[in-house]
Amino acid sequence: MSEEFVLEVSGLEVSYGAPVLHDVNFALAPGERLALVGQSGSGKSTTIGAILGLLPGSGRVSAGSVRYRGEELVDADRARLQTLRGRSIALVPQDPMASLNPSMRVGDQIADALRTYGMSDTREVNRTVVRLMTEAGIPEAETRRRSYPHEFSGGMRQRVLIAIALSGDPDLIIADEPTSALDVTVQKQILDHLQDLVTERGTSLLFVTHDLGVAGERTDTVLVMNEGRVVERGEPEHVLGDPQDEYTQALVKAAPSIVVDRNRDQESDRAGEFDAATAPANVLEIDDLHKVYRLRGRGREVHALKGVSLTAERGKTTAIIGESGSGKSTIAKIVLGLEKATSGTVLAGGRNVDATSRSERSTLRRFSQPVFQDPYSSLNPMWSIERIVREPLDVFKIGTRAERTKKVAEVLDHVAMPTSMSDRRPADLSGGQRQRIAIARALISEPELLICDEAVSALDVLVQEQILALLRNLQSDLGVSCLFITHDLAVVANLADDVVVMKSGEIVEAGATRDVIDHPTADYTQKLLAAVPGSGLLNV
Amino acid sequence: MTRFVLTKILHAIITFVLSGIVIFFGVRLLPGDPALAMAGEEATPERLDAIRADLGLDQPLLVQFLKFLGSIVAGDLGDSTRTGLPVTSMIATTLPVTLWLALYAIVVAVVVGIALGMLAERYRGKWPEIGSNFIALLGLSVPNFWLGLLAILALAVSLGWFPASGYVDVLSDPIRGIYYLTLPAVILGTSLAAVITRQTRASMIETMGTDYVRMARAKGLSRPRVLFRYGLRNSLIVLVTIVGLQLGGLISGAVVTERIFALPGIGKLTLDAVFSRDYPVIQAVVLVITASYILINLAVDILYSVINPQIRVSEDAS
Repeated sequence: MSEEFVLEVSGLEVSYGAPVLHDVNFALAPGERLALVGQSGSGKSTTIGAILGLLPGSGRVSAGSVRYRGEELVDADRARLQTLRGRSIALVPQDPMASLNPSMRVGDQIADALRTYGMSDTREVNRTVVRLMTEAGIPEAETRRRSYPHEFSGGMRQRVLIAIALSGDPDLIIADEPTSALDVTVQKQILDHLQDLVTERGTSLLFVTHDLGVAGERTDTVLVMNEGRVVERGEPEHVLGDPQDEYTQALVKAAPSIVVDRNRDQESDRAGEFDAATAPANVLEIDDLHKVYRLRGRGREVHALKGVSLTAERGKTTAIIGESGSGKSTIAKIVLGLEKATSGTVLAGGRNVDATSRSERSTLRRFSQPVFQDPYSSLNPMWSIERIVREPLDVFKIGTRAERTKKVAEVLDHVAMPTSMSDRRPADLSGGQRQRIAIARALISEPELLICDEAVSALDVLVQEQILALLRNLQSDLGVSCLFITHDLAVVANLADDVVVMKSGEIVEAGATRDVIDHPTADYTQKLLAAVPGSGLLNV
Repeated sequence: MTRFVLTKILHAIITFVLSGIVIFFGVRLLPGDPALAMAGEEATPERLDAIRADLGLDQPLLVQFLKFLGSIVAGDLGDSTRTGLPVTSMIATTLPVTLWLALYAIVVAVVVGIALGMLAERYRGKWPEIGSNFIALLGLSVPNFWLGLLAILALAVSLGWFPASGYVDVLSDPIRGIYYLTLPAVILGTSLAAVITRQTRASMIETMGTDYVRMARAKGLSRPRVLFRYGLRNSLIVLVTIVGLQLGGLISGAVVTERIFALPGIGKLTLDAVFSRDYPVIQAVVLVITASYILINLAVDILYSVINPQIRVSEDAS
């Protein structure tokens, strides 16, 4: 084969016992940027593993070839692969929080790579470390290189990993979902930066992502993968604008967009009116809420909430949006009674959540129920689905045994889970199914307020769409109010009637979703909107 | 870091004082009369009073306690009722034996345990793992004394590779000293080695599966570098905690091991003292053992913070 391609993958099949990757073909010319798009389980990461020779567990390449500048990598010996890694093919991994050695200073982790690539003079190594960190966009690299990973934010850690990837001056950088764990504004900075560096050096880029928007904006070619096969390929405009494959069409359709669905607004307006006759109009009233966390010793304090006031209307969905550290989850914890406010009042259904007596607390717990972000860790793995969903009824002592069983079946039906699943355990379910169970558990005691803390963030985009649809239906059927905490503007646009934008413990903007998205007034909101990946490509 | 270490030392001192109180009152809560035990069943009341006065037992408890504390600070722990020798000098001659034995056992256990554990991780599902698991299971389940007797029979009596008993001062004759201590140290370290093997295997499996190890390999680092600097180094964080908890067991294990190999250490001293109701010695030995537990924990805490930078920083802030 020729050497005109940096990387050439042909007929690649990877097996874990049975094949999971089927006949994957693509080639990457020098300087070309190619995106591999798909949901979790589509085979993107397996493809990368096969290229780097880092397939986990019993995985092995069972057919096909991977060539780097014409050299076959599939049967290459370990020493040869070791030489190529970092120097010729570098990786920017998925999770910056977990990809750095926690017991090693970040500078040493870059130096480690440099020494492996043959640099031996200590002064030169140190100089290069500082240069690489600076190029990756880390300020004060001279002092920061002596820090440990945990002293860095997620975005800064990803910059360290980019510095490592650049240290071997590779021809090909494989970026495996490099920003999916980061806030959207940070994500944009990092991607812009990575793109500049790659363009500057003429490095080829294999970009792996689940985000069609990100892929479309930043690459020359897009490959869509589903269940271990490449189902569609082409230029971003074609793949996103005129998808041929059924799966790609579904993916494009489900791609988060920040266009507000106007019909939905009127529907939930009706729900609001219906309830207004019997109960106060606001399901939640928060007034001048402060929360100060005291770090032990040294008198250091963190002001998580600095005088937040907001109201949530009954029967509607109010979204709180903000980046990590904005204080949005703290509000959820206080409303749920899991933490106490430093000052200010929170009225849930007219009752102060700062209740002291056991019976008052029990009433409040019944009033609002949570759905958390991670459906994998928020369900007791030892319990059956039936028991998990039934638990609130047992705790609140609602109904007889027979009534409880009946109610469980009813709620499972509401969340579109077959009753036949009720004997299973969480491990048997997919992420989306688990989140349905979490929602069922939250709904069974008939709370008036559902508090969803990043409830769809951990899910794939197609599943995310399904869960959001479920929440919308539940709201119109049951009239339950919803406080939806998220970092994702597209989700807000999709679901919320009202939105509250938070930054560093303060509200920067609040209002009807339509107004906030169409006419943002605060700088920060405008920045958030601009940072949504693919907003230009997908919403034209 | 200094602040962290100083805080830990302060905690250790407080713990020691508290345990001193427990030991003092604990000994006095025991049934029986030390004076009676010393003088024998046929002693006259006058003789008993004299002994009590001699031991200071006729004074109020609080006074006795303060004197006890004072004597600890002064380094005077009284005289043995059995031999009449000062307790401090008895401990001074026996403690080094036990310390050398324990130290040697720790070294053996750590080296063998980590090596076996890493082998087991490296060759998962193959015979080295099966072998290592089997050895670990054996080490945990076979009692020390029995293993010791077997070792004496096989390696000392039949094969004559090692001496069956005896002690040579390690400082005055290091080679022979270490040679004499080898068999006891291996036996004493067995269960610790087994725990370390299992723990190393478990943490290495976890660590080698992390993203940062994958990243280290993607950087093109050599296999040993990935294994030790990225794998083992981070596995040690868990390992040190577990080993620290186990070290205390070494001292009680030493009592039995010293008995089997006839080593003149603290363990032997304790047994002799208990059999002859030598209260001053028992009290002192318990105090010394407590002190060594506290010191070991202090060392583990500090070591832990050296290995794990996250602990160091967050504790520093507190």
